[in-house]
Amino acid sequence: MNFHILVQQTVNGLVLGSVYGLIAVGYTMVYGIIGMINFAHGDVYMIAAYLTAIFLAALTALGIHSPPVVMILVLLLTMACTALYGWSVERIAYRPLRHSTRLAPLISAIGMSLILQNYVRLSQGARNQGTPTFLDGHLRLLEDGPDHFVQITHAQILIVVMAVIGMGLLWYLIQGTAMGRACRAVQQDRIMAALLGVDTDRIISIVFILGAAMAAVAGTLVTFNYGSFDFFIGFVTGIKAFTAAVLGGIGSLPGAMLGGIILGLAESIFSGFVNTDYKDVFAFSLLVVVLIFRPSGLLGRPEVEKV
Amino acid sequence: MRNSWLRDALVTGLVALLLFAPMTGVALSGYTLEGHWQRPLWLALGVVIGRLGLGWLWQRRQGAPASSSGRGWSAWIDAHRPQLIGAALAVAFVLPWFIGKYWLNVAILAWIYVLLALGLNIVVGLAGLLDLGFVAFYAVGAYGYALGFKYLDLSFWTALPAGALLAGCFGVMLGFPVLRMHGDYLAIVTLGFGEIIRLVLNNWMSFTGGPNGVRVPFPSLFGLEFGRRAGPGHVTFHEYFNLPYSNEYRDIFFYLLLLVVVSGMVFVVRRLRRMPLGRNWEALREDEIACRSLGIQPVSVKLSAFGLGAMTGGLGGVFFAASQGFVNPTSFTFMESAHILAMVILGGMGSTGGVIVAAVVLTVLPEMLRDFAEYRGLLFGCAMVAMMVWRPRGLMGMRRALFHRSGVAE
Repeated sequence: MNFHILVQQTVNGLVLGSVYGLIAVGYTMVYGIIGMINFAHGDVYMIAAYLTAIFLAALTALGIHSPPVVMILVLLLTMACTALYGWSVERIAYRPLRHSTRLAPLISAIGMSLILQNYVRLSQGARNQGTPTFLDGHLRLLEDGPDHFVQITHAQILIVVMAVIGMGLLWYLIQGTAMGRACRAVQQDRIMAALLGVDTDRIISIVFILGAAMAAVAGTLVTFNYGSFDFFIGFVTGIKAFTAAVLGGIGSLPGAMLGGIILGLAESIFSGFVNTDYKDVFAFSLLVVVLIFRPSGLLGRPEVEKV
Repeated sequence: MRNSWLRDALVTGLVALLLFAPMTGVALSGYTLEGHWQRPLWLALGVVIGRLGLGWLWQRRQGAPASSSGRGWSAWIDAHRPQLIGAALAVAFVLPWFIGKYWLNVAILAWIYVLLALGLNIVVGLAGLLDLGFVAFYAVGAYGYALGFKYLDLSFWTALPAGALLAGCFGVMLGFPVLRMHGDYLAIVTLGFGEIIRLVLNNWMSFTGGPNGVRVPFPSLFGLEFGRRAGPGHVTFHEYFNLPYSNEYRDIFFYLLLLVVVSGMVFVVRRLRRMPLGRNWEALREDEIACRSLGIQPVSVKLSAFGLGAMTGGLGGVFFAASQGFVNPTSFTFMESAHILAMVILGGMGSTGGVIVAAVVLTVLPEMLRDFAEYRGLLFGCAMVAMMVWRPRGLMGMRRALFHRSGVAE
């Protein structure tokens, strides 16, 4: 086993895992609070990638070139706009179904996912899009010879740092503020929370906004790093992020991050040492196996169905 | 009252403008942007008008008593059911002689979709198990025939039951561990399974040919081939009956065969629904805990629905492969599953007639509206959301008149 490849794939896996974790947060919070899989969440991430490229081009056209300023502005604009998308999706497709049958919200979510994909395809074209390389530069570690080194790009470092900051902020919002307390109360018992004066509809909206904003962070960072995307990226990334959420224990915030990192590491070590063609098959198989053998995940509590 | 609507509509319009402006107002072109400033304005205007229209509708609906229009229509259908079915069947059987080659192929595709939608309807509509990877069984059937022919020299008539059985086995194999799961998890696992099958078909170059696909032969009729010239030791259809060669015979034959299979399937489903097994499916869909306390085994009942649905999917796959003459993995994406699911939902989950109508309409309509092909996915998505919000039981609705016919309850 090649030590350099192992370290390199671990670094790549951590980066990939941070991205999965950021998206998984949206799945896990929504599932925790209203018990539905927000199938359109992956497409919200895809929208964030497009918005990043659009805002980047717009700022460049306006003559703003200083990298830190551009980066922060793009990130904030994308987060705001994507959060609005997240809110609208909930308002249009899920809120009217609050008291409907069990399958209705999931089917509606699949419809919403189709709508978002086709909306972006029709307005931006079906071809692969890109952004100019925005952050170049890299570090080399453990260098001993021309082909033996571990390379970490600045964009990768940025992804991990921003993921940690984003998760920290979210953790503070949920654990340290009155709004977060209301979120946790709704998650524990929606009817009781409503009886005690929590506006549950507002809290559910907030959860969708927070989830979309975190997906926007992921979308922006991935676009800065890879610079290439199309209207279909949300599907596979969304399923993998959902796998991460289930792996960590759906409903648990630290679980989502942990699940994301485990999945990212597993996937990148698998593609480094076994086979790149089958890396998606590996991730999906992991999903199936986890759901069959440990549906409550690593940090989740088993669900008891009540009459 | 009026003012609050107007304010609502304006706020909605503003939100819509904010949503649409960056995404539709500019389009990425390379690393620069091209402006389409009028697009978001029109879209937002459309949203405002839609919002006002909805507000008006809601107010009217609140004022008026619940209307019973449509009741009479469905009663009429109920009363003339046998005649209607007979007429539809007769029309379907004579149809291939009156439509051209192009529409005959569309009709064949429509019946394949009807078969698939009927299979998915057993799983989603009757048993209430949301299967997002139905296309996997379709792929198993299609590749079962294609690879069976390539490696084992299977004929269509052997592949038909073999493909269905193979898909059924896959269904049971997947279903056995998975069916104990919570409903939403089941949906995701089946989705993952569907993608695994497609990715394996796509990547296993040496066995499946990967994206290049596999060639598939056309079925023969009692050894009579439909080509221009027969293979060694065979006779062609047109030579045997002393007819001039035309490949229309082949399509008509295929159409009729498919129609017979679909009719058989409809018959089986209708019978099953009245048998204890079918009743168990529907009971389980409504309340699993109540069923368990009445002694129904959820796993075996679900497994029978899942296996039967998978078999139907496999059957559809064999027909699809034979009609196309070629299969490759691009026919088995998640979009295909969503497409079949949309048919089941629009037809009304559980309603056989509704699902058939929806499958035919959703296959034929896009062919007629070629100019709008771009918007197909968007319309499907909108239809799914709108159905869930307004008519979760489907356009035709589900009929629950189960007991009064035998005179037990009334």
